[in-house]
Amino acid sequence: MTATVTPAPGAAPGIAAAAPVIRRRLDRDDVLMRLGIALLIAWLAFTLALPLWSLLSKSFQDRDGAFVGLANYIEYFSTPALFASVFNSLEVAVLSTAIVLPLAFAYAYALTRTCMRWKGLFQALALIPILAPSLLPAISLIYLFGNQGILKELLLGGSIYGEGGIVLAQVFYCFPHALMILVAALSMADARLYEAAEVLGASRLRVFFTVTLPGAKYGVISAGFVIFTLVITDFGIAKVIGGRFNVLATDIYKQVIGQQNFEMGAVVGMVLLVPAIVAFAADRIIQRRQTALLSARAVPLDPKPAPPRDWGMFAFCGVVGGLIFGVLAMSFWASLITRWPYNLSLTLNNYAFGNFDTNGWETYWNSLTLSAWTAGVGTVVIFVGAYLLEKSRGFPVGRAIAQFMAMLPMAVPGLVLGLSYIFFFNARWNPFGFLYATLAIMVLNSITHFYTVCHLTATTALKQMDPEFEAVSASLKVSLLRTMARVTVPVCLPAIFDVSIYLFVNAMTTVSAVIFLYSTDTKLASVTIVNMDESGFTAAAAAMAMTIVFTSAAVKVAHLLITRKLEGTTQAWRRR
Amino acid sequence: MTQDKSTPYLRIERLTKQFGTFTALKDISLEIFPGEFICFLGPSGCGKTTLLRAIAGLDIQTSGRIFQGGRDISALPSSQRDFGIVFQSYALFPNLTVAANVGYGLVSRGLPRVEIETRVNDLLRLVGLPDSGPKYPAQLSGGQQQRIAVARALALSPGLLLLDEPLSALDARVRAHLRVELRRLHQRLGVTTIMVTHDQEEALTMADRIVVMNHGVIEQMGSPTEVYRKPASAFVADFVGTTNFLPAVVAGPDHVRLGEINLACELSVNIGPGQDVTLAIRPEDVVVRNISPTTPNTFEARVAEIEFLGSFCRVGLAINGGDPALLADFSINAVRDLSITEGKVMPVALPPDRLRVFVRPPQAP
Ligand SMILES: Nc1ncnc2c1ncn2[C@@H]1O[C@H](COP(=O)(O)OP(=O)(O)OP(=O)(O)O)[C@@H](O)[C@H]1O
Ligand SMILES: [Mg+2]
Repeated sequence: MTATVTPAPGAAPGIAAAAPVIRRRLDRDDVLMRLGIALLIAWLAFTLALPLWSLLSKSFQDRDGAFVGLANYIEYFSTPALFASVFNSLEVAVLSTAIVLPLAFAYAYALTRTCMRWKGLFQALALIPILAPSLLPAISLIYLFGNQGILKELLLGGSIYGEGGIVLAQVFYCFPHALMILVAALSMADARLYEAAEVLGASRLRVFFTVTLPGAKYGVISAGFVIFTLVITDFGIAKVIGGRFNVLATDIYKQVIGQQNFEMGAVVGMVLLVPAIVAFAADRIIQRRQTALLSARAVPLDPKPAPPRDWGMFAFCGVVGGLIFGVLAMSFWASLITRWPYNLSLTLNNYAFGNFDTNGWETYWNSLTLSAWTAGVGTVVIFVGAYLLEKSRGFPVGRAIAQFMAMLPMAVPGLVLGLSYIFFFNARWNPFGFLYATLAIMVLNSITHFYTVCHLTATTALKQMDPEFEAVSASLKVSLLRTMARVTVPVCLPAIFDVSIYLFVNAMTTVSAVIFLYSTDTKLASVTIVNMDESGFTAAAAAMAMTIVFTSAAVKVAHLLITRKLEGTTQAWRRR
Repeated sequence: MTQDKSTPYLRIERLTKQFGTFTALKDISLEIFPGEFICFLGPSGCGKTTLLRAIAGLDIQTSGRIFQGGRDISALPSSQRDFGIVFQSYALFPNLTVAANVGYGLVSRGLPRVEIETRVNDLLRLVGLPDSGPKYPAQLSGGQQQRIAVARALALSPGLLLLDEPLSALDARVRAHLRVELRRLHQRLGVTTIMVTHDQEEALTMADRIVVMNHGVIEQMGSPTEVYRKPASAFVADFVGTTNFLPAVVAGPDHVRLGEINLACELSVNIGPGQDVTLAIRPEDVVVRNISPTTPNTFEARVAEIEFLGSFCRVGLAINGGDPALLADFSINAVRDLSITEGKVMPVALPPDRLRVFVRPPQAP
């Protein structure tokens, strides 16, 4: 290789205009990195872009694969039964957001800004639903308020099946997701602002509206979009408790599984993609306006005791936490009941899954295998990908493409991604068709579905490292691979663990991403819940849901223990 | 260094660096000789770091060439250049011990372990921290971390040592101490060194030669004495040390008028009579003692204010009956002997060889 010498295109006028532009020669690391980015793009194209393209083109085709233009869309929008779901979905999403947001905000406020007792307990309690599939709260609600529910009378003759049930279950399911964002937003506060407000004699209420709320504004907006997207794309809850109330997610399922109408399924998928992408884009645009609210000199806020407020918040968190616990406990109890509601004696029979589903416990082992592979492969791909994008130099076009594709999965509902996979891997021209109906395709799908959050976690960790590590390595003639192994990975180990646990738990609990992709040999635990519920084995469904919760919880606890142990040994350098 | 001291070790030719449409370095040329200690000095944003990073190949220049030891390295990636570097943040690997940090480059050379250990110990002794090997960087003070970073940069015996504001993260006391240490280290090893700093005192005390930069161009290059005594521009005079700037008009081939006062001085040939100029003189060059009627450039000044600064006094002098326009540093002895007090009118002299004349008005001091 030699230095390229070309006249400077945009060089300063005068002397410099004639000077040749210098282009840095690439060394081995540069070449490796560029190859890596090209591979990353190929990976994301294969697991994300091409499947989505298949979905898009399918929505313009008829049953025989001939191009029919907008015909499917016209049919969709002129069929009120289908079209009504758009409004149903939006309504449910807006209602759930409106309920969760204030609840989660107050709860987060109590956790971060008061001297309430038992904060740790309340925080742990509120985050448990993350470990459960969304089906769990729906099942609990059926036991509580369903046709044979213990609290049915509270509904005064109303039915839990339908919109009300969906919203209630969604509130439970989305609460921890919103809570995490709001706790993060509210923990960042500059005590000096509050002191200033106090000195100026502002009332508590005024301080709340002029300091607290504006400070957490971006967190609130973000949480709002997250809830909205979660609700509109969730499949499990509407499936179990939706009754006759149709939403977009269940429509896709009905079109594809019920009527084998793949083209209409593709159209609904495209329709479902719209609100998800709009919410995602709006959030990104708004967050971009956020400037660092905290200067380096900010003084962390230490809440002062204020008994009336603290006890008020304690009562509030007690009620909310109690409800969360109640919903969880209901499923657990139901899973242990012999024959609801006639024989309430306890039994473990519901956990003998072979009695309810031909695959029995095998589906659970499938789920574990899937989660392990997703966590293993996903963590490597995502971390290396984030590393390449963060640390490579030059190659702006490739990096921009890869960066965009890494952010895209956040906006793609699992159901839509799953459907795209059907089309992509079933296409006659696809040499990878053999992956269809294997565990591998579900691993690919799960990694892609949860890519963005993990990518952001890894990127944040990498950004916190001194940007000159790579420069130092180059000056010491040490290859980047070596520095990555010796320094980058060890320093980022906590974030790498976070990513793998996130992938594991999500792969364990997800329904929507895999509902179209399993075969009889590769059926998953979460899918079995749906099937058993459909067949009327609700107690077994609850038992399987609880099995997943316990597994996720065990993994999470193991994670905490390992992290603590790691801090004691390999992370000794963090201590002063 | 076995090299001939009269041929430059590092030669930079017409270097230009652009960030988009912004030109961070304009047509920079300079030569650095083997074993020299060079300081790039200039205000924030003048392009010092950019120039250093171009030399290291970290951010390649837009155009222009760089030769190191006779080799054209203009387009080489960092990994193929020969330098050691210390960043302002030190960039020590936090999860590796001090010994592993210092030996980081040695290990991948495939040297035997014993040899690496010996070399690491030598380096640690060289920077005065022989026992810190098993510690982690976070357990060291800022000054100690800085020295480890220097040891690591020297591990592969590079031909060129690059330091980007290596002392700026430290407090004043440690900084003054490390200044001496670094300088001593340089004298012992003789490695050609470039240090970036915006601290003029650091540059004056440490450098063999200073490269004063402003807005992406080199304002002056010279020894500390040259830069201090004979600043090439009003910018340099102002940036390095304290300088009085006085507006004057050229009155003849070798004198200027400062209001009513006629002053002899050295004028360069291209300055003609009637031209507006700026006179520059350092406070310590203003003379009060031993003034006789024959002393050139003598005039009456009134003491307007006196500021006691410990070993000397800074005196504000009013000339031409106006406001205080001239700062002068007088020793405590002089103040006592001549009983200089506020309001006193006395003769002062501005020695012609200490007066600098600039055509351009100075940047706002
Ligand atoms: N990557 C970049 N993109 C755009 N502009 C840049 C970039 N790096 C530096 N600049 C600009 O180039 C100019 C010179 O920057 P440089 O970092 O070399 O300054 P410096 O002299 O080292 O200043 P300091 O003392 O603050 O470190 C500055 O105006 C800076 O804003
Ligand atoms: Mg700099």
